[in-house]
Amino acid sequence: MHNVLFLLLRRLRTPLILLISVYAVTVLGFVLIPGVDDQGQPWAMGFFHAFYVVSYTATTIGFGELPYLFNDAQRLWLTFTIYASVVTWIYSIGAVLTAVQDPAFRTVRVENAFRRAVRRMHEPFYLVSGYGDTGTLLVKALAESGIQSVVIDADQDRINTLELEELPMVIPALRGDAAHPGTLLLAGLENAYCKGVIALTNSDAVNLKIAIAAELLRPRLATLCRADTQDIARNMQSFGTDHIINAFELFAGRLAMALHSPGMYLLFEWMTAAPHEPLREPIFPPVGRWVLCGYGRFGKAVQSRLAREGVVATIIEADPARTLPPEGSVVGRGTEADTLLQAGIKDAVGIVAGTDNDATNLSIIMAARELNPNLFKVARQNEHQNDPLFCAADLDLLMQRSNVIAHKIFALLTTPLLTEFLDLAKQQGNDWANQLVSRLGGLIGDEAPETWGLTINPAETPAIYAGLHAGQRVTIGDLWRDPRNREARLPGIALLLKRGVLEWVVPDESMTLLRGDQLLLAGRVEARSQLSWIERNHNSFAYLVTGQERPSGYVWEWLVNRKRPLSERK
Amino acid sequence: MNLEKVIFAFFIVLALTLNFGFYVGEIDNPVHHSIYELYAALVVSLIATVLKLGDRTHLGAVLLATSLVADLQLIAATLVWVYADHIAVGGMTPHIMTAIVSLSGGAVLANLTSVVLLVAETIAIRR
Repeated sequence: MHNVLFLLLRRLRTPLILLISVYAVTVLGFVLIPGVDDQGQPWAMGFFHAFYVVSYTATTIGFGELPYLFNDAQRLWLTFTIYASVVTWIYSIGAVLTAVQDPAFRTVRVENAFRRAVRRMHEPFYLVSGYGDTGTLLVKALAESGIQSVVIDADQDRINTLELEELPMVIPALRGDAAHPGTLLLAGLENAYCKGVIALTNSDAVNLKIAIAAELLRPRLATLCRADTQDIARNMQSFGTDHIINAFELFAGRLAMALHSPGMYLLFEWMTAAPHEPLREPIFPPVGRWVLCGYGRFGKAVQSRLAREGVVATIIEADPARTLPPEGSVVGRGTEADTLLQAGIKDAVGIVAGTDNDATNLSIIMAARELNPNLFKVARQNEHQNDPLFCAADLDLLMQRSNVIAHKIFALLTTPLLTEFLDLAKQQGNDWANQLVSRLGGLIGDEAPETWGLTINPAETPAIYAGLHAGQRVTIGDLWRDPRNREARLPGIALLLKRGVLEWVVPDESMTLLRGDQLLLAGRVEARSQLSWIERNHNSFAYLVTGQERPSGYVWEWLVNRKRPLSERK
Repeated sequence: MNLEKVIFAFFIVLALTLNFGFYVGEIDNPVHHSIYELYAALVVSLIATVLKLGDRTHLGAVLLATSLVADLQLIAATLVWVYADHIAVGGMTPHIMTAIVSLSGGAVLANLTSVVLLVAETIAIRR
């Protein structure tokens, strides 16, 4: 670690030596020059007085001629002193300012401040590298749920954006190349509070390096990586990266799900939404022939998923030599009526604008809408700043890469049980999903549901744990009693109950809880905050389960106990 | 030959010699101790300290520390002298002179340590 003070002092060596020398010479001069006192007697200035005179002269304070009026020799020397010392001071102050503003010195200072901020972290945090659109969304969602993160990005502008962002907590951020392990270490990779590494840079190679560094330096740390190509994803998988998120595959999978089971699609969207997002409306993509513009990584992922659902897609591709679309594809960009007509837009049921250029995608959608107003319109949005345009384009489904990745990672981090629930849900039919969605919809109003996990253990839910330990019977339904009035019900349902290796999807409310159970709950935000009372407050819990107010002090407890017949006394 | 080393060694040794020059003599006799020598010792010691700033080796750190000790001792001696000359009612007494010289004696030890370290380093580097 560079010591900032030492670095500064080393740069100031010359001005300091110059100052000492000038002071030494001028002080000595005053001591050696003979003077006279107010009586006209010879008088020599001592070192003390000489130092005093030079000090107030050099700093331009200028008290005058002390302690007695100077003679001409002394005045001559004083003139020399003024010019020598004042110039030296100005030079020294200039040197200090230059040293402080020097870019290298500032880098060291910023790095040291960042290192201190990371070392001072005393709560679990995630190391997020890459603060682009995805990183911005994710860090914000995490901060709003009270989870700390540390950010690295190669671009200083993005770090500045983070500093301007109004987040409920201070997020340490550093401009640095995440491909260098040193930067990751600086950001607290080996810190005991680091819970996971999230690689979100827009370069697959950098993400891969981050995954490797995390795997080697902290083998048991959770690693979540964005991968845009299947090659890199497989590579990451080979050494045990925990979660690899390919936004294209994820979105194509969701689109396919929307095609065959809209209810399930809606359930997935709701469960992985960020807190306080408005609730998504259900969509019903039509089955028939689709037109797919752009056969890049996104186009390929969508095409293969659609094909698996039995949906035929006509492909329009501008550069067939590079992307190699299948036989029968139309060459063109898709922004002109000619190419769209050639691809049979008139009798198609849906269009996917999936190129990597936002302007192209928007003009494809607008051109297609002119030709066939009944199309189901799906577009890919590449850049966050085009939000208003895509919002106004009246799309049926919008693929925002940053949103897809951020939501997925947020869900993985905050509620690990959610992944298991969604895997189990996939095995149920669309009807089951429809029922669950309508049940949830009735409970939660118009904001995305809050999903959270609950484990019956002494640390997380002391009241429930103690109650169960004392032999009380608590059902899942009891959790949803309102602590203010036990006959009222909190808006929420249990989605998953995990007991050892056994799992129940949407368990019955009459099921009894056991110690060590893990629950996945969903509901409104206020249900969650009320539930935390029941989990932790013994009195609230006792009231909910038994319906009786428990005395909360020793004195009252003793009085209540006295009133009981002898046989019931504790 | 390295000019930096020459200047560095020059100031360290000069600090010791000046300091020693001030220190020798009867401890309570002001005639034996020149105020100019004390002044020169203090200035040279301060310059030697600044020259050591920013050396990040372990030896450099120790040299800086011993040099700071010498500065502190000499500044204390100077302050005592100023007190005796200008503030104390009785002026310079043998007792105060003893205090000044013994303070500078401490500085001699610190400067001696610096020189010993310097010699040790010089011997260790065989080129």
